[in-house]
Amino acid sequence: MGFSLLHVCQKTALRRRQGVASFGVLALLFLLLLPTWLVAQTVDNEKPVPLLSGSAGAFSFVSGGQNLIDTQINPVLLVPLGDRWLVESRAEFEGKFQRPPDGGPYGGPVNKHVDYAQVDYIASPYVTITAGRFLTPFGIFNERLYPVWIRALQPDPLILPINTAPSDGAMLRGGFPVNAKANMNYSAYISATSIGIGSVDSERHVGGRMGFFLPGPRLEVGGSWQKTLQDDRKNAFGFHLGWQPTQAPLNLRSEYAHSFEGSGYWIEGAYRLSQAHFWQKAMRRTEVVARAQQFYTDGISSDARAQLGLPSANTSEADFGVNYFLRDGLKAVASYGRQFSSAGNFNQWTYGVAYRFLIPLGRVGAQ
Amino acid sequence: MKKRKNQVMKTAVAGLLSMLVLGSSLFAGAPSGRKEATSVAAVVHYTDADSMRLQGEQRFRANCGRCHAAPQKFPPRMMATVIRHMRVRATITDQDMRLVLVYMTQ
Repeated sequence: MGFSLLHVCQKTALRRRQGVASFGVLALLFLLLLPTWLVAQTVDNEKPVPLLSGSAGAFSFVSGGQNLIDTQINPVLLVPLGDRWLVESRAEFEGKFQRPPDGGPYGGPVNKHVDYAQVDYIASPYVTITAGRFLTPFGIFNERLYPVWIRALQPDPLILPINTAPSDGAMLRGGFPVNAKANMNYSAYISATSIGIGSVDSERHVGGRMGFFLPGPRLEVGGSWQKTLQDDRKNAFGFHLGWQPTQAPLNLRSEYAHSFEGSGYWIEGAYRLSQAHFWQKAMRRTEVVARAQQFYTDGISSDARAQLGLPSANTSEADFGVNYFLRDGLKAVASYGRQFSSAGNFNQWTYGVAYRFLIPLGRVGAQ
Repeated sequence: MKKRKNQVMKTAVAGLLSMLVLGSSLFAGAPSGRKEATSVAAVVHYTDADSMRLQGEQRFRANCGRCHAAPQKFPPRMMATVIRHMRVRATITDQDMRLVLVYMTQ
């Protein structure tokens, strides 16, 4: 009897302690979440408005004497929600028209696909959480330089198809100052990437990118890594560099990528002629560009490489171009390149126009 | 048995306290509330507007100038969206984002 009374008392005391602990846990969670809830109640003076942005372009690519007319429109939808959310998406509609070898009118396919459709949550000044379909953060070209009105040369770098298929999954990313002279940026993701013929297969990946940016000399260096989580569990890695010296209107960029499918690099310099002492009005709007690149084949067949959009053999290429900025968001482009490969050498001429648009989908008020 | 339960409880509380400290440090890093993350007016009041604009121009040239040519200014509500997009896309820092927003809207 005495033993069972003691047992009941002990049980009651234990439950009380557990009750107190549970209350403590709830109180701590409340304290943890309170700042977020309070912040959500704030009202902005200038609320962001949904936007329809993007780019459009029309180009003529003459490769080895064969003309390809490429017209494309890439709308970007941006929908901010509250203080911390952003829903964003980019689609691509691209028509590639060629004259048949035996003559006749131009014709060809119109491709359409969604490059990314993602939800971003700005969790803190250091972390943004992204979910959905996103551009794979491998190197810098795919995420930052791909749009036709941003890239300095319209032909894609040879290594662009390496690890840059859109990813479906989740990602953490952000940037923050390490000290007064350096910022760090990072992305880390886990995803299932659509690959292969007709994108019917998929692979699971984990990967990330990290970069250090020195605002003083305007220098950024960084690296990317991706691991396939199945089959051969392949690794791929890359390095990138960007430099804008303060003394000259020069923009220097470079990337290196190494993967199972192949490896290579490109280095590109774009120089704005704003320091020229003649025809200043025109020169200020003119940019000259040069790019050198090489690609080396690796462990897959040439057919598989061709399906991924990679060169079928070891390839070197040099390109030179001129961009003329007619006005903000509109530029005329022209370039010449020569490709050297065991599959054949050829010239590549490009000319066309690229345009950027930005349309508010709501009331913006007075400027 | 009781000691073991207490130990588990202590570990749980310690874990939660660690989460609290970590969470607070993240939130403490946020400069005086999220309002400033997207608001133009909210940024200006705590320091000299001209120096912020100058700083914003420097940050624009250092960060945005890597991909974008000379800026065209848009209405503040449009820029607030653009800058949020670029914060995610270009992983620019929170402080740079706020200063660029001031520069691009004043």
